[in-house]
Amino acid sequence: MTPEEEEAFKRARKGRNVALALVLVAFVVLFYVITFVKMG
Amino acid sequence: MTAAPATPTPLEWRDFYALTKPRVMSLVVFTGLCGLLAAPGTIHPVIGFTAVLCIALGAGGSGALNQWWEADLDAGMKRTAKRPLPSGKMDRSNARDFGIALSVFSVLLMGLAVNWLAGAVLALSILYYAVVYTIWLKPRTPQNIVIGGAAGAFPPLIGWIAVTNQITLMPILLFTIIFVWTPPHFWALALFVKTDYAKVGIPMMPVVKGEAETRRQILIYSVVLLAVSVVPWAIGGTSWVYGLAALALSVAFLLIALPVGLRQSVEGDKMKPEKRLFGYSVLYLFALFAALVVDAVLRNLGAIG
Repeated sequence: MTPEEEEAFKRARKGRNVALALVLVAFVVLFYVITFVKMG
Repeated sequence: MTAAPATPTPLEWRDFYALTKPRVMSLVVFTGLCGLLAAPGTIHPVIGFTAVLCIALGAGGSGALNQWWEADLDAGMKRTAKRPLPSGKMDRSNARDFGIALSVFSVLLMGLAVNWLAGAVLALSILYYAVVYTIWLKPRTPQNIVIGGAAGAFPPLIGWIAVTNQITLMPILLFTIIFVWTPPHFWALALFVKTDYAKVGIPMMPVVKGEAETRRQILIYSVVLLAVSVVPWAIGGTSWVYGLAALALSVAFLLIALPVGLRQSVEGDKMKPEKRLFGYSVLYLFALFAALVVDAVLRNLGAIG
């Protein structure tokens, strides 16, 4: 792997991780709200 | 197939997003939402949102499983060769695991947050699309589009059940409408887009049965669609608002399908009637389901009987 390719690989991995984090946070919020709706 | 690059291009989140077939998703989300909004009874907005989200996630999961199974076919067709799997960018097992994860998650969430009948029908729709259609029947029969149409017909049924928690005649009629709409919609496209399905051994109607038979079938389905689309009104499931809209939209559908059904293409044909029918068919489905929702809202407001 050349330094440029490694750079591209790291950028893509970071993008995947950020996307996954956003999805996880969104689901945490959704489950929290669903719980309250279900109890109400 | 193009050779995979020496060092594979790094996987981005967009590659996973592409696996879910986002363009198919818009119609799935719209019809699912319409089923949910047209159903009698009330649903908490958050639960309703969750139901539509689950329908979308389930559709995304089936899309990923479809691409996992058809990676070799996709590699042989120009339209699909650039997808993440056939281009060699993504490993096949990645797509399979992503598809299974999305599918299982969507069904569990639907069951836990909405109701288990909706969850069960969602599971059925995913299995139907991924196994019955993609793996079993698509490569085996020129009726594959008819069979695949049933997969696309599930969303409004699931949306409706999310509210009512029971399967009644009305949501089954919504299912039937999309089921009957799909063949003329897709075959109109198949007539003017030169696809290479034949090259990869998928028996599409125009290739196997010929153009004349395909045109005849488009016409038959258009007549059946006219009949089916007004049944919700005829049985008293909707008011005249939906009924007249369905009648006008379906008569127009038939009139636009007539020239397609009665002609034969010639050398260098521009295929204008076929393109017009395909374009109208998309508009038709959006307008029909919008009319259904408008009808339900007006009835709930007591504006009409």
